[in-house]
Amino acid sequence: MDAILLQTLNGLDKGSAYALIALGLTLIFGTLGVVNFAHGALFMIGAFCAVTLSRIFSWSYTVIDETKTDFLGNPLKVDVPYVQAWFGDEMGAAIIDWSVPLAIIFAIPIMIFIGYAMERGLIKHFYKRPHADQILVTFGLAIVLQEVVKYYFGANPIPTPAPDAFKGSFDFGAFLGMEPNAIIYPYWRMVYFMFAGIIIAGVFAFLQFTTFGMVVRAGMADRETVGLLGINIDRRFTIMFGIAAAVAGLAGVMYTPINSPNYHMGMDFLVLSFVVVVVGGMGSLPGAVLAGFMLGILESFASMNAIKSLIPGIDQIIIYLVAIVILLTRPRGLMGRKGVMED
Amino acid sequence: MSKSNFTRRGVLKTGAVAGAGLALPTYLNAASHGFTNAPTGGTVTLGFNVPQTGPYADEGADELRAYELAVEHLNGGGDGGMLNTFSSKVLEGNGILGKKVEYVTGDTQTKSDAARASAKSMIEKDGAVMITGGSSSGVAIAVQGLCQEAGVIFMAGLTHSNDTTGKDKKANGFRHFFNGYMSGAALAPVLANLYGNDRKAYHLTADYTWGWTQQESIAASTEALGWETVNDVRTPLAATDFSSYIAPVLNSGADVLVLNHYGGNMVNSLTNAVQFGLREKQVNGKNFEIVVPLFSRLMARGAGENIKGILGSTNWHWSLQDEGSKAFVKSFGTKYGFPPSQAAHTCYVQTLLYADAVARAGSFNPCAVAEALEGYEFDGLGNGPTLYRAEDHQCFKDVLVVKGKENPTSEFDLLEVVEVTPRAQVEYAPDHPMFAGGSLGSCNPGA
Repeated sequence: MDAILLQTLNGLDKGSAYALIALGLTLIFGTLGVVNFAHGALFMIGAFCAVTLSRIFSWSYTVIDETKTDFLGNPLKVDVPYVQAWFGDEMGAAIIDWSVPLAIIFAIPIMIFIGYAMERGLIKHFYKRPHADQILVTFGLAIVLQEVVKYYFGANPIPTPAPDAFKGSFDFGAFLGMEPNAIIYPYWRMVYFMFAGIIIAGVFAFLQFTTFGMVVRAGMADRETVGLLGINIDRRFTIMFGIAAAVAGLAGVMYTPINSPNYHMGMDFLVLSFVVVVVGGMGSLPGAVLAGFMLGILESFASMNAIKSLIPGIDQIIIYLVAIVILLTRPRGLMGRKGVMED
Repeated sequence: MSKSNFTRRGVLKTGAVAGAGLALPTYLNAASHGFTNAPTGGTVTLGFNVPQTGPYADEGADELRAYELAVEHLNGGGDGGMLNTFSSKVLEGNGILGKKVEYVTGDTQTKSDAARASAKSMIEKDGAVMITGGSSSGVAIAVQGLCQEAGVIFMAGLTHSNDTTGKDKKANGFRHFFNGYMSGAALAPVLANLYGNDRKAYHLTADYTWGWTQQESIAASTEALGWETVNDVRTPLAATDFSSYIAPVLNSGADVLVLNHYGGNMVNSLTNAVQFGLREKQVNGKNFEIVVPLFSRLMARGAGENIKGILGSTNWHWSLQDEGSKAFVKSFGTKYGFPPSQAAHTCYVQTLLYADAVARAGSFNPCAVAEALEGYEFDGLGNGPTLYRAEDHQCFKDVLVVKGKENPTSEFDLLEVVEVTPRAQVEYAPDHPMFAGGSLGSCNPGA
């Protein structure tokens, strides 16, 4: 029982990341009809927004400490962050400590701008081209973006920890009256799960309860008719691309304390997120969220020793296996609509 | 009016012969010397095959820096580095056998097929007489096999799997870096000493040759001292989130987690383990401990504060105070502004050892070089007195047990040396079961 609960909890945060990326992917597909393979790169760029802000906060001047020496025997150069000099040691350290949550504010305008520039500068030229062309150009863009990030930040993972207040883990086992340590769950992963819930709810509310969202939904259902009503649907779809980029970027920002970001983290998530979108149903927002959590949890269960000993290697193929079964039984995915990607 | 002696047929014939000659791989041109890529003229070309792209690109860049430094020193430039402390004095800073050292580079991408392709290109197109480098055991074993077939010497870079000088050893291949068995032999007594003999270990192991041999080595060494291995879970090399593998650990009855991971795997699994608060837990009445048997300072940077207090082993560390290490750190640090990694060290030393073997043999013939390296005892290159054992082409030297530093003074000052394990403690018989199943075969001079 505790093992099941444990792996369900584990699957939730993984599923949160899948759901957030897949939500943006399917939003872009549903609005613009573009299969965006650069979406994983947007997740990665979001993570590097957190790294960049952390570096800006840690921007330092050098003080020579005559009492210590460096590896060559010269007096040691000690870096003192400007924020500590300006705001005092305690406040400065707190600002650096909270750089990941603060990066949310930093990342939103950057990601919307990157999404906007990407759509206007490149992707709009591929609207009327086959999906294969769109995949090729966006995949190429993803490689370019990750190589640019590697050039500036290097190939190694960069530690970007959560604030001290969220370090450690919560003992669910003790909380539920089980053995202590039976079910432990890191605080930051709980934060990530809740954050994902808020973002997903926000996107749904935006589409459901605002006039802008209503127009976008109408455009998703029948682009031509909305255009005939004199509404500039292209402009709204461009904005939706920016919002989808911001959602992926925020998923990346908050993911940095879970795993140190590196330049190819986007690719690690991209293929899985595509499977999530296909399983959920192309263009279906609730489908993407449902499939994201479902596959995240299933992946966690497949990593259990009991299951791995029954079917070796199942943890590596479970997602694809489920995708095959679902596509065989429900060709449009869990919540796919008729007519999407069937022309 | 002048009359030309050229005929159409003659021109075609000459062109065809010249074209065939140019197209011929360079190593075949040297067939008259009896070995592949025999250097002609005043230069000799070495091939540095390192990861320049992919996840280990930073480690590859450090290897390349070390190679460039070694070439500079061999050609008489710089301060000479370890040439001044090396026990052998046949290298005089005038290249190798009087030939100026030049080099070409290849990108392994940390993929076996890409590494073989780049090594093949350096041998066939650029005329490299020796291939060296790499940052993965899978790559090292693949390139070692290729060099054996092509008839050039392979001086391995960073490769820690027992198999490189075990079941996959080759007569043309040589490894200076230590291996999984040595990590286990060095680490186990320190672990038993610090954490006690009554411990239950849970292993997470990267699912490929290096992970398997390291797990086997660490489990055997720790079990010999009274530890129990409660589980060994293989994790996919492509895994990025290890939470689902780490979550069941506390519930398994284990009180030690051994992470047989390297590179990005190590950074992520260690980060996840610390996030789950394993190090603050008490199991079986003891503090829960995490062990990372193979530490790399470059990789440890990615794990940030999570490595503090974590024990592991390493081939070499820049803080060593022997004359060889000090000379190398000074040369490297002055040229590049930061201390070298263990990968840089082993690559620099391998280049010097190759050059020295050629000089002692008086020939670039790989069989003569191999003979000069086999059973060679040397000192002054950073790990104390060292032997290149003839039976398996493995170097035997002191091994370092290290710990993540609690109060680092810089981003390079991440590890502290806990113990320098003497060579005698990490030696094993050539027919040890963990290394069984292959044979060196005979040296291949190629062409």
